[in-house]
Amino acid sequence: MAMTIHCDVVSAEAELFSGRVEMVAATGVLGELGIMPGHAPLLTKLKPGPVRLILAGGEEETIYASGGFLEVQPGVVTVLADTAARAADIDEAAAQKAMEDAERAMADRSGDFEFSVAAAQLAEAAAQLRVLRMHKRRGA
Amino acid sequence: MAVGKEIRTQIKSVQNTQKITSAMEMVAASKMRRTQDRMAESRPYADKVLQVVGHLANANPEHRSVYMQSRPVKRVGYIVVSTEKGLCGGLNVNEFRALVKDMKGHADNGVEIDLALIGRKAQSFFRSFGGNVVASIDGVGEAPQVEELIGGITVMLNAYEAGTIDRLYVVFNTFVNTMTQAPTIRQLAPLPPMESNEYSHSWDYLYEPDAAELIEGLIRRYLEAQVYQAVVENAACEQAAKMIAMKNATENAGKLIDDLQLSYNNARQAAITQEIAEIVGGAQAV
Repeated sequence: MAMTIHCDVVSAEAELFSGRVEMVAATGVLGELGIMPGHAPLLTKLKPGPVRLILAGGEEETIYASGGFLEVQPGVVTVLADTAARAADIDEAAAQKAMEDAERAMADRSGDFEFSVAAAQLAEAAAQLRVLRMHKRRGA
Repeated sequence: MAVGKEIRTQIKSVQNTQKITSAMEMVAASKMRRTQDRMAESRPYADKVLQVVGHLANANPEHRSVYMQSRPVKRVGYIVVSTEKGLCGGLNVNEFRALVKDMKGHADNGVEIDLALIGRKAQSFFRSFGGNVVASIDGVGEAPQVEELIGGITVMLNAYEAGTIDRLYVVFNTFVNTMTQAPTIRQLAPLPPMESNEYSHSWDYLYEPDAAELIEGLIRRYLEAQVYQAVVENAACEQAAKMIAMKNATENAGKLIDDLQLSYNNARQAAITQEIAEIVGGAQAV
């Protein structure tokens, strides 16, 4: 059996996952990360995107995180998400609408501040949709 | 029969009050369950951030945050979490009493004090008590959002980073159980030393992208989570204390009604007896 490591995924609102995993794949600010047992201690910021957990036994679970931190310790991986949702819980229509709203706001370009807010919103909505598609593809 | 008119109106009025207090008790009971759930939901995050920050404190990071260094104390900051509304027994009073005692300890050592207040009760208390209030937030409600709190927290954190204040506390009520809430003063910054004997050798993280930015970001997140947790916990305390206070009020009203009823019956009986005596007296005279 493959080696496993304990992983906790928490957001400010709830605990989303706690258990043994074979691998954690997440989107760090410097790029995709795949963490397996025995990884060196690491601390990184996360970009909005999927956190993919390969559970002991090979099953997969995808969680959407809107950013946050990821910590790797010899015995434990901790994902501190700002807000997070299980892939199955994402509201596709709402994410689609948020993305369109953000695109419209960005096309408007009435002020710098609004632009950066809209850009962040767009990145989040796009990441949500990406997670959802990933989840559906696997389900299909 | 005009006997005991005043007593009857009094009973009526106490009964009305009792109706209100028992309704408020039930409202508080249902809200308490919700606030307790909220407290339980945000706890895992607070615990995990604490754990990570604890690891960080034990590592030998290449960047040492101002939050990890303690300075001689010349000015301290308090973030005071209180309730929006009253009618919750001694909850706020006990908290303020503990706080004032702590403040006095600092004041005696010539340490100055800044306050950031959350909730209307703290505002009205410090308006009459005095004190240097640098930030105040109200209207947070029962479902507090981190965004609503950040303004007040940031004022304090900036002051700490700028070196204006040398120590930062958060004051709130911890939820022990429904009957007991304990006023608590917890030190936020500098980070209190955390015990961990897990990895005692000298080690450090790999940082992506940059140690300074990451550590500062993480510590800020930790402090925000701590204050948020304090606010949520205080909200649960408020509902529990309110429930108990209203339960007591309802019981007291019941006792009052019993007493009044007794004196009403006495008065009525006395009036009847007197009337009979008068009739008998009148009949004998004829």
